[in-house]
Amino acid sequence: MTPETLRTLLGGVPENGWFAEAEARVRADPDAIGQLFARAGRMLGRRPLPDHPSWTAGQAGRVLLLLALTGEPLEGRAPEGAASTVTVRGRVAELYWRGDPAERLAVLHALEHLGLGEAGVPLIEDALRTNDKRLVAAALGPCAALLDDAVWRQGVVKCVFMEVPLSVVDRLGERADQPLAEMLGGLARERAAAGRRMPGDALALLNRQSLAKGWKAKEG
Amino acid sequence: MRVFDPHIHMTSRTTDDYRRMAAAGVRSVVEPAFWLGQPRTNPGSFGDYFDSLLGWEPYRASQYGVRHHATLALNPKEANDPRCKGVLDLLPRYLEKDGVVAVGEIGYDSMTPAEDEAFAAQLDLAREFGLPALVHTPHRDKAAGTRRTLDVVAASGIEPGRVAVDHLNEVTVAVVKDSGCWTGFSIYPETKMSPPRMVAILQEYGIERVLVNSAADWGHSDPLLTVATGEAMLDAGFSADDVDKVLWRNPIEFYAQSGRLDLSELPEPEATFAGSSVKRGGS
Repeated sequence: MTPETLRTLLGGVPENGWFAEAEARVRADPDAIGQLFARAGRMLGRRPLPDHPSWTAGQAGRVLLLLALTGEPLEGRAPEGAASTVTVRGRVAELYWRGDPAERLAVLHALEHLGLGEAGVPLIEDALRTNDKRLVAAALGPCAALLDDAVWRQGVVKCVFMEVPLSVVDRLGERADQPLAEMLGGLARERAAAGRRMPGDALALLNRQSLAKGWKAKEG
Repeated sequence: MRVFDPHIHMTSRTTDDYRRMAAAGVRSVVEPAFWLGQPRTNPGSFGDYFDSLLGWEPYRASQYGVRHHATLALNPKEANDPRCKGVLDLLPRYLEKDGVVAVGEIGYDSMTPAEDEAFAAQLDLAREFGLPALVHTPHRDKAAGTRRTLDVVAASGIEPGRVAVDHLNEVTVAVVKDSGCWTGFSIYPETKMSPPRMVAILQEYGIERVLVNSAADWGHSDPLLTVATGEAMLDAGFSADDVDKVLWRNPIEFYAQSGRLDLSELPEPEATFAGSSVKRGGS
């Protein structure tokens, strides 16, 4: 979800005035974000948005408040290595570690736009260690570009265990590789031995990877 | 029968309990922060506990269709350990969270000066954050402890209607009712209060500003005693609407004063209690 889309979504909710004021306060005083970030959920609304049921106005507002920390809300990127980014990195990490699940989710959603680089990795890895499907799914969204392949593969296989649909995984087709196929193959054999099924999307991915391997072998 | 358990320590319960509770009609719970049996020795330990009450536990509850909210505080027993005093500095950050619907459990355990201080400070936090307060009354010297509790509540300036005084019995109910605070009763298998005794109290004192909970925790307790109390009420001639008021609408009315109670995934309550605040943030 782009910041522009989030802003459009928020423009349609009656509490938009609260958000405009909160955003201005964060820009003027970044320390204000602590309370406003927590409060945004109930102030802006915690119900799914009609056209975007996986989002709430509160979550959209939280992501935009995080982007307000960078001072460049739409572009959202402080130059790599700039002094201001150090502060933003610390603040975002603090909001994650002190956040409830919804707040942590907002941080994960904002990461792709914040340009924090490696500083985002411990947060994403933490989310992947939880057993909360929402956090695991968000950790495998666009922010997962920061993860190394081994961690990313573990995350994908974890989705299969947790019955999180693989459609949540960003760039799955592009990033799925032979080691992932081997992990899924191993899981499929374990499941077969236990008389249990693999989810359909995991089987489909496994089949695609096996076919791709077959083609490569043929071409080779 | 639909049931809102306004005081239950689900962290100590199993998923079997969630399953049985949901099947029996328990749709929503509030979990107050309390003592875990093993004393904690530093504020960080409380931070992790608070995270769990706002994170993992609501998620676990949601798997069984049960709504979970929390009340947070430094409990009276651990308020006596100076190593835990820093919890009071940690609280402002947590009391802003969406899932927090009151400050609690606060109050007295042994009525020490340290408990006085933590109790008063946390009533101030309740006012500052616009939250109701859930107040535990002591097991020992309960009548004196309850009177002293009401004095501290009055001195703090918090509205009595925003305070629930819990674990009451036949001896302590009248004085709390007269104060304008909510009266809370914990139904236990053997101690505190039983379903038949609860019914007798409801017959004598009425069903306004009453909260009935199981207070089930890591000790000998039963999360279905709220439901058993509802059944005992029906057997004694109370109407289904009376039961609904005591076990569902009353706890919602009390905690909705936080403006944060979110029952959006649950069927809309039929009655017109506390109107806007119940739905606030969800609309």
